[in-house]
Amino acid sequence: MSAVRKEDSMLLQKQMMSDHYDRLASAHDEGRKVVYTFVPGNLNELVRSFGLLPVLPEINALQSGLRKKSGEYIAEAEKNGHSEDVCTYVKCDIGMLKKGNIGPTGTQLPKPDLLLLSYTGCFTFLKWFELLREEYGDVPVAMLHVPYQANGRIEPHQRDYVVQQMRTEVIPKLEQVSGRAYDEDRLREMLRLSARAEDDLVWTLESAKRTPSPIDAYFGGVHYIGPIFSAFRGTQGAVDYYTALRAEVQERLDAGQGPVTPEGPMGTEKYRLVVEGPPNWTSFREFWKMFYDEGAVFVASTYTKVGGLYDRGFRHDPDHPLETLADYCLGCYTNLGLPTRVDLLEQYINDYNADGFLVNSVKSCNSFSVGQLMMLRQLEERTGVPGVFIENDLVDPRYFSAANIKNRIESYLQMLDQKRGKAA
Amino acid sequence: MDVQRGAGDVVTLDDLMTQARSLSEDIDFTAVTQWKARAEGRKAIGHMPTYVPRELIHASGMLSVGITGGGDRLEIIRGDAYFQSYICRIPRSTIELALSHRLDVLDGMLFPSICDVIRNLSGMWSMIFPDRYVHYVDVPQNFDVAVGGKFWRRELETLRTDFARLSGVAIDDDALRASIAVYNENRHVIRDLYRARSERPWIFPMSEVYYILRAGNVLPPEEHTAMLREYLVLAPGESDRRDQDRSRVVLAGMFCEQPPHGLVLTLERAGCYVVDDDFLLGLRWLQDDVTTTGDPLDALVDAYLNHSAMSASRYAPDGDRGRWLIDSVARNRAEGVIFAAPSFCDPALLDQPMLVTALDRKGIPHTEFKYAEDTGQFAVIREQAGTFSDSIRLWSEA
Repeated sequence: MSAVRKEDSMLLQKQMMSDHYDRLASAHDEGRKVVYTFVPGNLNELVRSFGLLPVLPEINALQSGLRKKSGEYIAEAEKNGHSEDVCTYVKCDIGMLKKGNIGPTGTQLPKPDLLLLSYTGCFTFLKWFELLREEYGDVPVAMLHVPYQANGRIEPHQRDYVVQQMRTEVIPKLEQVSGRAYDEDRLREMLRLSARAEDDLVWTLESAKRTPSPIDAYFGGVHYIGPIFSAFRGTQGAVDYYTALRAEVQERLDAGQGPVTPEGPMGTEKYRLVVEGPPNWTSFREFWKMFYDEGAVFVASTYTKVGGLYDRGFRHDPDHPLETLADYCLGCYTNLGLPTRVDLLEQYINDYNADGFLVNSVKSCNSFSVGQLMMLRQLEERTGVPGVFIENDLVDPRYFSAANIKNRIESYLQMLDQKRGKAA
Repeated sequence: MDVQRGAGDVVTLDDLMTQARSLSEDIDFTAVTQWKARAEGRKAIGHMPTYVPRELIHASGMLSVGITGGGDRLEIIRGDAYFQSYICRIPRSTIELALSHRLDVLDGMLFPSICDVIRNLSGMWSMIFPDRYVHYVDVPQNFDVAVGGKFWRRELETLRTDFARLSGVAIDDDALRASIAVYNENRHVIRDLYRARSERPWIFPMSEVYYILRAGNVLPPEEHTAMLREYLVLAPGESDRRDQDRSRVVLAGMFCEQPPHGLVLTLERAGCYVVDDDFLLGLRWLQDDVTTTGDPLDALVDAYLNHSAMSASRYAPDGDRGRWLIDSVARNRAEGVIFAAPSFCDPALLDQPMLVTALDRKGIPHTEFKYAEDTGQFAVIREQAGTFSDSIRLWSEA
């Protein structure tokens, strides 16, 4: 493969991440406290309103996967008694900790001052932070139980429950750790910044409705969601990033160009695909190449909704700070019942004029994976659009079988060609 | 030894075990069909393992039916098409039961919050059976009565309304208090049985206790309580049951997908007395009597928040994840712990390292293996459990 081409927004994001990890490395020396929490249902504005720095273990794990470090971390965790059957994000994180907790940019990650267990859409989160609590010993945990949206709608008592937990469990612990009082005005200001960035993120994601799509909403999409899903939602940095990203995509849109791949601008768009499920991180570039080499572009993805379903209209609302955070948590993609998830995918297939859809089923994530075979059949029945099912993993390189996956993708795209031929 | 049942019927232990085994192994749920046929308009509600408020089902005149998969007696034909190879077995056999119409006898299905698999299965169920009642039972992980308690009470009110609509019977407070008393009695006798087994495990072998408990999945609680009582009378009457030189062990990890009976027998034959376990945990989730005075929903809320069994699927706010297991070992004078978890069971397998650490700190021996509900080969497990049992007996410091 040739040298990787990076867009300006990617370079900007890289700098943001690097600065953040540098701040984390020196946090304790400078008297700053850190809060570990998860991407889905993260309360970034609330955490930052106390002057605390967030650490997101899933981001560390996926970064370790991208940097080919996850295999050795997972092996370390398994050596320490963790089952081969369970989530590899957890094992990657535990393994990284056992090997000295050096973060993805090569700097030391600080010990958490608080574990904010936002139990949103994933049962494993609960066990993950219980395990970290065991590893770190005396670290306090703030538990936030976010009820599941089995029916796809937020009931008032569910919202009240989440808000009450914020008032009685989360905020008191943030106050205790930070030594600061809850400042709602500061929180409102950050939520205002969140909503601005969310507008530009949605605009970017929806630009894929155009033909050709100026973005790849999956492989490019995971970069686009980076700042808003991780440590930067509610900051001016995120607003600036999404302003720059939007301008960049607008340029490509105006020029009628497709996405930029690691090897430069993509050739002619031949297939428009929707995708369900997270990507593989250990062979991310190789996986992407299997598609862009064939002229296949992802126009919509559910993975880019795990940290917030903004394209269905949700925006953080500064006028109702805790309630809006509750709604945000409740509405994250994997916290939604399967019928709602199928409805969403059906809308994506129709709204984005897709030729097909991929279910990328990862072994590690039961929250995503259980029911995907049924989702595939339901979507084919409802839309008449054929789907393809691929199995691999998030960060365990043992489960990425490149030849098998490539064969399946090529056969699938050939089938789409034949289907087109018949239609013509 | 025998006991007299009703109109002069005399029951022996063999009779009772035949009945319990038949009820446990009947994947056609004949007992449920028969119960429904005994009166016009009767309905039954199924539920997956761990906790659901069965008192509300009972108070509405419906039968609560525990669904614990298809065990080792069900060939999976269609169920495998719904799940990837790395998903545990219980959802695929449960889907198989449903698609083969064995669960048509149920008028609704509850999915407690055990893990992401059972949670997503609730959504699959509602898509496969759009005309049937399906409810995901989202129990609180916050144990403050003003927060998690308030939320849980609201969930219980929803269930109360739903069950009244399904059954056509309004659930008043008196009826609910009466149902609470019925289940208190059932749990009380189960606790008696567990105490008796812990004291004299050779009288109440796990291979029998397992069937007796599992029959409770399909029997009305009053009948199950009667069966438990009969067993408590009949088992000690077997003159050939003598204490043998075996190791006393606690079993952990079986709270959802249930082990095949062959595995249970294998552990006994390998020289183990099982003196405590976490299988069929839903039957004894509430570990103390629920108050039968005052507001019955408040009573159920209090029982869930303050008197629940510890399980991998329940958050441990005090951080002492392994305490229940250490306590069980001490209370039951166990000499070791066997972790037996279903393959791909996230809650059990993610919990295990924490429990292992807790045991290691106390110097309590343990061993680990995995199973599936249809595991049929036990040679390796027998060897492992036998070696473990021998090592405890021969080299234990105690």
